[in-house]
Amino acid sequence: MAFTRFFVRRILQGAIVLFVISVVVFVMYFVAPHNVARLIAGRQATPATVADVARRLGLNRPVIDQYWHWLWGLLHGNLGYSFYSSEPVTSLIASRAPVTISLAVGAAIIWLLIGVGAGTLAARRPRSLADRALTAAALVFYSMPAFLLGLLLLFLLFFKLRLAGVDLFPGSGYVGLSTNPASWAWHLILPWVSLALVTATTYERLTRGALLDVLGEDYIRTARAKGLSERRVVYVHGLRSALAPVTTQFGIDLGTLLGGAIVVENVFGLPGLGALAVSSVTNEDLPVIIGLVMLASAFLVAANIVVDAIYALLDPRVRAH
Amino acid sequence: MPSSEAPAVTPVPTKAPSPGGPKAVPGPRPIEGRSPWALAWERLRHDRVAIGSALVIVLVALMAICAPLIALATGHGPDKTFPLTGLTPAGLPRPPSATFLLGTDDLGRDLLVRVAYGAQISLLVGVAATGLAVAIGVVIGLVSGYFAGAVDSLLARVMDIVLSFPLLLFAIALVVIVGPSLLVTIFVIAFFSWAPVGRVVRGQTMALKEREFVEAARALGARASRVMFVEILPNITAPILVYATLLVPASIAFEATLSFLGLGIVPPTPDWGSMLAEAVGYYQVAWWFLVFPGGALVATTLAFNLLGDAVRDALDPRAGAIFGVRVEAGAKEA
Repeated sequence: MAFTRFFVRRILQGAIVLFVISVVVFVMYFVAPHNVARLIAGRQATPATVADVARRLGLNRPVIDQYWHWLWGLLHGNLGYSFYSSEPVTSLIASRAPVTISLAVGAAIIWLLIGVGAGTLAARRPRSLADRALTAAALVFYSMPAFLLGLLLLFLLFFKLRLAGVDLFPGSGYVGLSTNPASWAWHLILPWVSLALVTATTYERLTRGALLDVLGEDYIRTARAKGLSERRVVYVHGLRSALAPVTTQFGIDLGTLLGGAIVVENVFGLPGLGALAVSSVTNEDLPVIIGLVMLASAFLVAANIVVDAIYALLDPRVRAH
Repeated sequence: MPSSEAPAVTPVPTKAPSPGGPKAVPGPRPIEGRSPWALAWERLRHDRVAIGSALVIVLVALMAICAPLIALATGHGPDKTFPLTGLTPAGLPRPPSATFLLGTDDLGRDLLVRVAYGAQISLLVGVAATGLAVAIGVVIGLVSGYFAGAVDSLLARVMDIVLSFPLLLFAIALVVIVGPSLLVTIFVIAFFSWAPVGRVVRGQTMALKEREFVEAARALGARASRVMFVEILPNITAPILVYATLLVPASIAFEATLSFLGLGIVPPTPDWGSMLAEAVGYYQVAWWFLVFPGGALVATTLAFNLLGDAVRDALDPRAGAIFGVRVEAGAKEA
């Protein structure tokens, strides 16, 4: 079947991309002038200790060997061990992932709701006051890095409110979903909003543009002419085909979501993958960083494949390419 | 409607021998041939948003250029600390006053001077990274689009791979090895920004190389490099220009993010992102520490984004009606 062939080909391409990224990252680390063994052994270590550490980690073997060893581990679900804490990288990532997933999923839902909602509102009354206000707001948030919006939210909604005697939002920290769902959401509201608002702007503009285009089509005029309610015309007939570009954008943003989450976690002191990445930088914990880069790349590649697959399902012409 | 309707020679010769029209009443304007660029410039000149944002950008640029003058006038060097006059007895930043117009930071340095010096870094990174990205993207896009076949598939695959790199995490990984610095920041941003430019240029090149004027050039024996850079490139400057204008604010925002995480510009150098990182511990007692560097950052990126939108509208008036459809121009994840 054409679709299956297309899908298999995309997955193979994705695997090649991941392979290249893994080579690049690995070479960068283990060929760069950077003495890993000394890093682990510590500043005061004697040359003998350093040599011992290098032998124990297999760092004195040829790079190809090391790469093969690492790749073999990766294929078996083992990303190596942290230089810093000696814990397996996979379990380090697994322990931090729930925080990042909570942040990312919540933010994605909020930005879709806000973005598509605002875009529809703006498209239904083009050039109205509401449309102009939304466009202006979208541009301001679009121009604002997520970390700055987070800082401003902390300042206004956490600190200023607390000064005024209203203790509405917590300033930092994380509570597990299973521990206390209400508290979980409470602690995540500000991070969600910071991450969601800067992304929602793209969706507002995409939805507005696409919906305005669609509403000018003949079949919409037909739908109106046969007496459908305006709500049905806009939401059922119009929005459905206007959402195609939104789907593509959503796939792209899902892939890069990890990057945004890192920044926001840092602002709000959330102990997620972002915090892990930043602390691995301080500790120069290479296996953890490589693991995170591979995870993020896999995420990105998978998101792209899903978007392509949805597109191929919707539009048979895509499969031919 | 192309400008070819009105031959470019008409205006001067027709005007001279026709003294008939009375001077007081403005008669019908002589037909004038105007290039698409002149038309776009005309539209841009009358766009109040474009003028306003261009003014803001000029202001920021002036601030960057005059930073040493500001330091001289106030007598406060960018890295000079004023523990006695710049900090309260409790050791906290001082609010804006006559001596420190925008207040001081946690070390008692003058925020005004540091914000002005920060403009230098932001503009430098924004323009340099964009320039580098556009240069790489244009060359690779032209080559890939012009020589179809194996070269194209290879370069297209390279672009796919670059676009699949997780930008921020990879930047983090790179910084661990080579250490944070201005040059690394510029290269990281450029490395991850050229691929979308390359894709746009590739697509346009593939469409244009089938056109008659390219065939004519080839028939005259023009070399491939001449066809690419002299025949094709001038015809695709409009989308490249729009993309570049929108890439500048994205680069500035990404630089600020990297510096905020401690992965970009290293602390003693005045930079908006790292100033905001320093402000994290103090904004509760010193709002100016957060508001002035943050305000400068948003004003600059907003002005560039607005200008980029205006340039796009001016170059392609049809885009005005469906404002904002082509958001892919503003490279995301910053």
